[in-house]
Formats: sequence, structure tokens, C-alpha cells
Amino acid sequence: MDDIRIENESRRYFIQAGVGLTLGICLAPRMTFAGMGSDPAATAFEPNAFVRIGTDNTVTVISKHLEMGEGTYTGLSTLVAEELDAAWAQVRVEGAPADATRYANLFMGIQLTGGSTAIANSFEQMRRAGATARAMLVAAAAQRWHVPADAITVRQGVVMHGKRHATFGELADEAARLPVPDQVALKDPKQFIYIGKKFPRKDTYDKINGSAIYTQDIKLPGMLVAVAAHPPLFGAKVKSFDAQRTKAVKGVVDVVAIPSGVAVLAPDFWTAKQGRDVLSVDWDESEALRLGTSEIFTQYRELAAKPGAIARNDGNAGQAIAGAAKRLEADYEFPYLAHAAMEPLNCVVRLGADGCEIWNGEQSQTADQHAVAAVLGLKPEQVKINMLYAGGSYGRRANPHSDYVVEAVQIAKAINGRAPVKLVWTREDDMRAGYYRPMYLHRLTGALDEHGNFVAWQQRIVGQSIMAGTGFASHMVKNGIDATSVEGAHNLPYAIPNVMVDLHSPTLQVPVQWWRSVGSSHTAFAVETFVDEAAHAAGRDPVEFRRALLAKEPRHLGVLELAARKAGWGAALPAGKAGEKRGRGIAVHKSFNTYVAQVAEVTAHPGGRYSVDRVVCAVDCGVAVNPDVIHAQMEGGIGFGLSAALYGQITLLDGRVEQSSFPDYPVVRINEMPRVEVHIVVSQEKPTGVGEPGVPPIAPAVANALFAATGQRLRKLPLRLA
Amino acid sequence: MLTLNVNGYSHQVDVAPDTPLLWVLRDTIGYTGTKYGCGVGACGACTVHLNGVPVRACQTPVSSAIGRQIVTIEGIHDQVAKAVQAAWEKLDVVQCGYCQSGQIMSAVALLKHNRKPSDADIDNAMSGNICRCDTYSRIRAAIHEAAQSLA
Repeated sequence: MDDIRIENESRRYFIQAGVGLTLGICLAPRMTFAGMGSDPAATAFEPNAFVRIGTDNTVTVISKHLEMGEGTYTGLSTLVAEELDAAWAQVRVEGAPADATRYANLFMGIQLTGGSTAIANSFEQMRRAGATARAMLVAAAAQRWHVPADAITVRQGVVMHGKRHATFGELADEAARLPVPDQVALKDPKQFIYIGKKFPRKDTYDKINGSAIYTQDIKLPGMLVAVAAHPPLFGAKVKSFDAQRTKAVKGVVDVVAIPSGVAVLAPDFWTAKQGRDVLSVDWDESEALRLGTSEIFTQYRELAAKPGAIARNDGNAGQAIAGAAKRLEADYEFPYLAHAAMEPLNCVVRLGADGCEIWNGEQSQTADQHAVAAVLGLKPEQVKINMLYAGGSYGRRANPHSDYVVEAVQIAKAINGRAPVKLVWTREDDMRAGYYRPMYLHRLTGALDEHGNFVAWQQRIVGQSIMAGTGFASHMVKNGIDATSVEGAHNLPYAIPNVMVDLHSPTLQVPVQWWRSVGSSHTAFAVETFVDEAAHAAGRDPVEFRRALLAKEPRHLGVLELAARKAGWGAALPAGKAGEKRGRGIAVHKSFNTYVAQVAEVTAHPGGRYSVDRVVCAVDCGVAVNPDVIHAQMEGGIGFGLSAALYGQITLLDGRVEQSSFPDYPVVRINEMPRVEVHIVVSQEKPTGVGEPGVPPIAPAVANALFAATGQRLRKLPLRLA
Repeated sequence: MLTLNVNGYSHQVDVAPDTPLLWVLRDTIGYTGTKYGCGVGACGACTVHLNGVPVRACQTPVSSAIGRQIVTIEGIHDQVAKAVQAAWEKLDVVQCGYCQSGQIMSAVALLKHNRKPSDADIDNAMSGNICRCDTYSRIRAAIHEAAQSLA
């Protein structure tokens, strides 16, 4: 199973449909001259696909990655500014167009923001982009002043030699006429002035005065807003519809059938929604899913009784368990989860004579281009995509089937492209559309010897494959193992001699998708609470027990020790009020090559209610490009994971999704947010991602803390005390 | 035609009186800083001020806003608003940013009638505003920061 391990660690995805893509071009020189661009003032010097320097002295960083909150625009700007020696204030960011030849994620070969890879895959590429621009500005100054280039210095956006100096803007025209150097030197980390320090986010200003533009905010001349009626059951289809009442709603322009339902179009959202709400659709439910959550779990438990496809097999776990002094068994249940980003899904499409233009919080350009091109009979490059800010995503906007993007295109096609279309899903449409984090059942069996040593681990995972049936399947599903179903489990870091991890991947009509931290959103819980159970069974302290098993995993150990120390592990917790029970729990997990440990402190109140009061988080993500963004992502990841731990569940009853919006799918609010302290391990390792790795440890840390407080082992998410 | 006063300007709008104020602001007049998050008053993304009181624009029929001062994120310029935005900037509160217009509108309303809010006051005033990026710790800190700068 080594191949899976390696692939999963490096997280290299390749899309099957990505025919004819040029992979990973680092710098595609595109010389342009003053006045050539659409905005002459700002387009003077474009040394490569990632940097543009205007005669107005602005440095525009072209971000190939989506800014959906994770701080990418700031991180990529940091890398360019570092090597360019720009002043932070002169740096702006612009979303890149869809073009995998220039803007591919270097870990994937396609243009996609995901897998917590934005900084990791761009670290050298964006630094090179900055260094190239710097070298050309220096060369221009050398030419102007008739001095050797190596006698010139650059600081804070000013090029200097002796008493002479020039801004980037003043040199932009001349630099643009020079050849692009083949090779540039990058700074030694000791010379870093931006990397490793806090610099303000590039997107804050627009986001505090209402001027930031999201897909929801796009309004094109003549544009129609579409609200669609979707089937009430997964697998149902439109049989027929009666649009009489809809067309009677003043302002409704059209009602059209599309493969995913029926769309109502009007000049504004409210009219379209009113029209949709009175639409009468007769659904063909003959092929639809009718199961409920409890029936699905019953099927999963039956599967868990049988051996699955083997993801890891060290030693002989079965034999070791049979002969062990102490045996532990536990089943863990994980529900479907919705992403529930604040901006419900939406997409703007305009069809033209020579192609199609899209405005979207675009997370998966290459796959979306292919999907849209297939619908319209175009070439992928004829699908132009404008990448806007996304109001959250947590994975949802990179849909492997391009579901909502294709729906918007289908509607535009159904009206023959006579108007631009903005598809807007309501909150309820968004929550009921599927593409959930899958339900999973984990069955764990462990064994301790007579000395309390952990000698065997058997983990059977049952749940739908995210990758099966997508363009990623050929690379992500091998020998019946979807790498994302077992990540965080098959690479169990603990030194246990006998380990078996196997997998069942039942198919169901409920569409599933990656959800912030993907496999680790469930595997970390099963692994980290089971290890805690084993520590308890062995009569050992949970930190000390883990420490011994992680002796050969220095980075796991590093965050474990740091979190424990900063949390005051071992010291008594301040007592609660009368009737309250307090406890502390720890979890450590590696995901996306980043190591995170968290200590949670909880209070169990009388009557089963509990609160999470404080979380201490240690993170090792290699070089910390912007420590404040890392802090923010840990804080956010903890809150996000806590929503799932406390409340998150999408349930089905007779095939119908029982939740629809925040009143029945609660999420953490400000009064429930714990105090969070983040500590970053100082490291010179290559930077790794931070968008997702803050999520996995929080639920197991809370469950372990609740056990410490109450003695109750909670093995079903969301976590509810008896 | 209905007449609305938004951010100090008068607007004539041709909409049904029961249309939610949110959609009149966004689609009819073009103030898109106020966001749609749930449409059922459960998330706070559409928070605006009506005569200085924070309301959910998705639950406010436009007819009930006639004759009142409607203020959106685009129209806050006073001392309290500036202090709040400065604190948001100083602490880099935002992540995806989609909920932040609503958060800021709620925070400004809080600080206008309570210049020194406690954590409990902040919980009360802000728990109607969801942030899925969970920027809550920074929102709390920024409100305290703004209160301090106003003191």
C-alpha cells in the first residue's frame, strides 16, 4: 500500500479529463508594453504571468488561487513582495483568468484551489515571479544610470544607487523592453523581510465597507436572475411541470426545463423566487433514494462485519488481537455534513458568439471549463472565467461535477443565451442539494498486552467514496481504496506493530464531496478518541501514552508537547460552579502535511449541556509565511470543526433531507466560540497548508475532554452527553 | 412607487410593498454590501439600520421602511462606524468577508448605545450574526478595541 501512502502525502491530483493540458509551467513570459493592456495606466510591465507593475507604481499580483477567506491573496502577495522588495502598500491582488497552461496548481497539473496547497505549491513559483520582476527593474535602472546592476539596491519599492533612486513605476516602461532573465537568485531565508512576519490582509479593506464583489453582487446589463426548482429526492427527475401560476407572478420572464430541474427567470431574485415557489412540478421518483439515515447506518454496520479492501496491513492484527491481554472495541458514527458557506451557491453566465463567460467564486477552473465546454459544444479555452471572491466554500465550490456551474450554463442555454443569467440558490436549495461530507462508520478494535503496550490496531471504515465517478478517480482510487476515505487512518503515526485498516465504499445516490479537511474530518476523530480509550485502559496519561508511541515522529511530537505545555497539561483545571464538571482533552493529527495538536477545556453543565471554554492549538506548517493568517486559520478551523462536533448533521428520512437552513442546521455562534490560543512551531521546512488542518483535532479533543469531565465516551457525531 | 431614504438619499422604487427590504436594496437600488445569507432572519448577513436600530433586511417588508432612515454598510461614516472599521482593519478580522457587513452593522449599533460592552453584552448583540469562517474571537476583540478607541 506504499503507493497510496506516497500519493496521499504529496497530494498530487490529476484530472482524468484534463486532455491536452500543459503541466506546471513555472513562468510563462508574456511581454507587454505600455498602452497595450485594457488599463494603460496600470499596465506597463508584465514580466511574467503573476506580476504586473504599473507606471502608477502599483504592483499587481495575479493570484491563480481563489480567495475564499483562507488568506491566499495575502500569502501569495507576501511571496512576490518578498523577492521583489516591494512596499506592502503598493501591492494589489487580482484573480487570474482560467488558464491551466499558466495558472495550474503545480501539485495537481490543473487550476484548482484545494487540498490546502495554495502556498505550498506556489512558494517557489511566486518568489521567482517577484525575483524576475526585481531583476528586470534593476537592469532597467542599471541601463538608465550606466552603472553595474550589482551595485544597485532595492528597498520598499525604491531602486537605488548612491544618491539616485527611482520607483518601480518610473522604471516600468524601461524594464518592459528588457529580456526576461532565465535564472534569478532567490533570497536566503535570513534575508526575509516579509515571510515570517505579520502583514495586513490584502482583502480587508474591501470587506469592511461593502465594496468587495462576490458572485451574488454581479449585475450585467439585461441580466436575468434564475431560481431553480430541484427534485425533493436524490435521483428524482422532472416528469412534467405547470408554470401557469409562476407566469402569473408579475415580472417572471421565463420558465425553462433543465436537466437538474426547472428554472424560473426574472429581472430580480425576489420575483424569480416567488415564481419558483408557486411552480407546480410533477416529479418522477421511481428511481429515487428512499432510505433514511438509520437504515443507511444499519447497512453500514452489516458491511462492517465483513472484511473490506485493505489499505494497510502491518504484521498480523487479527492474530495479535486474538491473543491479547486486553481488547478494546468501539464503533464510531459520522453523519452527512453540509458546507453551509455564508454565500449560498450562485453563478453568473453570459453566452456569446465565440464562447461563454462566467463570473464565479471560482475554485476549480480547469474542471469547470471542461464541464461547461461539454454542455455548450465549445473548446475549454472558449470558457472564460472571472474569479471573484467566494463567501466561503470549505470545498463546496470545487465540485467535481461542476454541478451549480453547469446548472447556470444549462439555464443560459435553455433561453438560447438571449440574456446573461445569474443563478441564485436559496439557503434551502444549497443545504438540500447534497454533495455532503459522506456518512461514515468506523469499527475499531485494539489490543494491549499485559504491560499496557498497544500491540494491535484494526480499523474498518465504511462510507461512500468521494472520488469514485469523478475525473480524479483514476489517480485517487487504487485497488478499491479511495485515498480520501482512509487518509488520517491508513497513515496512523503511532508505533503499533500490528495495524490493519480496511475499507468498504458502498454506493448511494446521495451526492458526496470533500468538506474542509476531507478524510481527516472523520478519521482523526476515530483515531484520536480510540487512542485515548487505549491510554485509559492502559492506565496511562493520554499525553504520555501518545508521546511514547510517537517517539519516531518528531513533528507530531513537537506539536503534542507544545500544545500540552502551553495548555498546562497535568495541572488541575480551575473548578467549575456547583454541579459543573470540567475536563481537558488532547488530540494530535497530521493532514495536508501540516501537524496540529489541540487541547480543549470543557465544562459539562447539569442536564447534558456543555461548553468548550478554551482551546490551545500548536501547529507545525513548516516556514510560517504569514503567522497572523496561520493563527486566523487555526481559529477558524477550530470554530468550523466545533460546529460539526456540537451540532452538524444532515439526516434523511425516507430519502428526504430533514434540514434546510440555520434554524435546523445550527452552527457555532459568537457566544459558543472558545478562547483560542495558537502557537506556531518554528521551522525551516517547506511551507504546508493551513486552511484545513486546524479542523480535524478539535472534535476528538472535545470528546476526550468530555470523557475526562464526565466519564462518558461519545462515539457518535454530533457529540451529545447522556 | 415607494419612496425610501437610504444612506441619506431618496430613492423611488417600483416594487410590491411586501418585498423584503434586502432585495430592494440589492437588486433595485444596487447597494450590494448588504448580503443574502438565509432569508429567514437566522444569520444576520443582511443587517441594516432602520432609524439606528439593527434589523434583518430579509425580514423587513419594504413598506415598513418608508419614512425611516435606512442605513447600509455603504452609508456608515460616523465616529463609531469609523472606530469599528478601524478596529476590524487593525485586527484583520475578516476571512471570506461575506458576513462582515452584517457583523459590522450589529457592532456599530451595539457601540452606539453601549460604549463599554462586556463580553456578555457582545454575546447578546452579536449572536444573531453567523460567521462560518468563525472569526468570532477577532470580532469580540475588535469590538473591545473600538470601544477603547472611542473612550
